[in-house]
Amino acid sequence: MMVPLLEVKDLYVQFSVFEGELKVLNGVNLKINEGEKIGLVGEAGCGKTTTMKSILRVLPTPVARISKGEIIYKGKNILNMKPSEIQNIRRGEITAIFQDPLTSLNPVFTIGQQLGDVIKYASRYQDHLDKKEIFSKSVAALKETGMPDPERILNNYPVQLSGGMRQRVCISEALSTNHNLIIADEPTTSLDVTIQDQILRLLSKLVEKKKMSIILITHSLGVVRELTDRVYVMYAGNIVETAQTTTLFSNPLHPYTRGLMNAIPRLTGERIFEGIEGRIPNYLYPPTGCRFHPRCKYSTKECQEIFPLMYDTGNNHEVACFLYKEELN
Amino acid sequence: MKDEILTIKNVKKFFTTPQGVVRAVDGVSLSVKKGETFGLIGESGSGKSTLAYVVAGIYIPTQGSIYFNKQDIGKGYRKRSKYLKKEIRIIFQDPGSSLNPRRNIKQIIELPVKVHNTFKNNHKNQRVEELLEMVELPINYLYKYPQELGGGEKQMVAIARAIATEPSLVILDEPTSALDVSIQAKIIKILMDLQRRNNLTYLFITHDLSLMRNIASRVAIMYLGKVCEVANTSEFFKKPLHPYTQMLLSSIPVLTKEEELLKPQKIVPVGEIPSPVNVPPGCSFHFRCSKKMDICSQKDPEMVEISKTHIVRCHLYKKID
Ligand SMILES: Nc1ncnc2c1ncn2[C@@H]1O[C@H](COP(=O)(O)OP(=O)(O)OP(=O)(O)O)[C@@H](O)[C@H]1O
Ligand SMILES: Nc1ncnc2c1ncn2[C@@H]1O[C@H](COP(=O)(O)OP(=O)(O)O)[C@@H](O)[C@H]1O
Ligand SMILES: [Mg+2]
Ligand SMILES: [Mg+2]
Repeated sequence: MMVPLLEVKDLYVQFSVFEGELKVLNGVNLKINEGEKIGLVGEAGCGKTTTMKSILRVLPTPVARISKGEIIYKGKNILNMKPSEIQNIRRGEITAIFQDPLTSLNPVFTIGQQLGDVIKYASRYQDHLDKKEIFSKSVAALKETGMPDPERILNNYPVQLSGGMRQRVCISEALSTNHNLIIADEPTTSLDVTIQDQILRLLSKLVEKKKMSIILITHSLGVVRELTDRVYVMYAGNIVETAQTTTLFSNPLHPYTRGLMNAIPRLTGERIFEGIEGRIPNYLYPPTGCRFHPRCKYSTKECQEIFPLMYDTGNNHEVACFLYKEELN
Repeated sequence: MKDEILTIKNVKKFFTTPQGVVRAVDGVSLSVKKGETFGLIGESGSGKSTLAYVVAGIYIPTQGSIYFNKQDIGKGYRKRSKYLKKEIRIIFQDPGSSLNPRRNIKQIIELPVKVHNTFKNNHKNQRVEELLEMVELPINYLYKYPQELGGGEKQMVAIARAIATEPSLVILDEPTSALDVSIQAKIIKILMDLQRRNNLTYLFITHDLSLMRNIASRVAIMYLGKVCEVANTSEFFKKPLHPYTQMLLSSIPVLTKEEELLKPQKIVPVGEIPSPVNVPPGCSFHFRCSKKMDICSQKDPEMVEISKTHIVRCHLYKKID
């Protein structure tokens, strides 16, 4: 069997707030193989960003607490790493693209200064690069993302660029290092469909070319369908279903996944779309048993009391729902 | 036409900023018919909200005129009669910021009922409860405060408040784009029910084309302050004419093969949307257009009527006299 590049095992994360303890991540399991493109989908507040921040070890302290679980990267548990080790992981192995590129770009430095730093660091074990070489590498990195007029852009500050251009700068930064894994947290949510299309296509092409792996976090199932090999569906701090992308779209199993798919308006315009009643639970008092049971029309006593584990329905398709227990026995 | 409830004629709205003049809305002409859902689509910054605010009277147009049932309403909110304020209502994108956090739901919904005196005093409570019911919120929500509600529920309250005056025209500025799809579906259903029951006309703004396909009777596309194409919804999706419309439609991520088949042939989007401060000469889309001709960078195209129900603003199409 292939050893995954990264594996998140039974991860629990809590946040301490004034009112008490928010029990957000409730035993998250996910893995990604080398060269794989996975999608992580779910409603706002289901814990996607928290999962990402756990992997990068950038959860706010002391508010956030990881109470259980492991994050194994190339055989080593990220959660036990020393600060210097984790620093090396972030600078050389796992990189991130955030939802709002303004927060990850420093407003007081030009694009050229910031991109130059990243390139300089990435080449630290090779020959010393002089200013001219860094500049030409920066231009090349921006060009690769289809940025118009890269020489001019390098002298600009982040505020002078449009959202799409800023996101391209972040992508250039992520790709000009030789990282193995990119975690992109809703990289196109604030952008328009045509720009989104442009950026996701580019990201996917470059990831393939450089043989990187990517975790694409989004709430858009359509985007996931077009760009990923495997999908993880998250609800209220749990992965409730995972399958190869084509399998998941042709045969969604979990009532939540089905609900999500039914809620999306279709271009065919023939079907009335319907929502999922209720809303995501309060993490101070999350429901017992299956966290989705208060919103689920198939809920039984069992669902209210017992936490459903993942059932493997074959074909690498796993679902955390008692509906499929009978079927398998 | 006599069934037109709203007529927008060559409306412009410019903003003066330190960077220069922003031509947010730059010569828009549209008409909305009684009882329809008119969809206004466009990318971020294309001027949709600005146009909505002009219609709502929040902005006074820099140029052009707006008529509501043939009455000139382009003079701003303060100059509007109480009748107009009752008839034309707006619902904003961000459900949170438009509700006063110090008032409970009852007070919020009651206010327009009181101001516009649409109901006798002793019927007021009944009316508020009826409105709450219309947006499918439980009665015990009357004494809750906005902060206690979820995003979708806040938007329901905003909808109840908007329809409290029994308006005939409601402007919806991306009412669900800040919400999850699971919640959006419910809100859309309620909006469609309300429209049927109360004979409402909607000016519905969104950037979600799939949503528009399902709810609008007619659609207009905006790009950099100008309208590129207006058509009946089915025509618009079956036979998009403007290269920008084709690019938009071909970029929508969809869930099924059947939807895939409805999309026009893939047009790979390139380039950036220019800043509205330095709108290039000629057609503002020519930088990103796959069918660009010489004339496109020189002359701004005019609206061409392809059929009674389909107009497009592009040099590819010629006026047929
Ligand atoms: N009060 C203002 N002062 C200066 N510029 C403004 C003002 N309001 C809007 N603009 C500018 O006008 C243009 C159109 O903005 P508008 O808010 O109408 O876009 P929109 O189509 O609603 O976009 P979105 O989808 O992001 O809501 C933008 O370039 C915007 O920056
Ligand atoms: N620093 C924090 N302090 C308190 N609560 C937090 C913090 N970060 C996230 N949360 C809570 O954790 C839950 C999951 O958030 P998040 O991981 O950002 O979700 P997603 O990215 O899926 O939208 C939410 O209820 C959020 O309010
Ligand atoms: Mg997030
Ligand atoms: Mg807007």
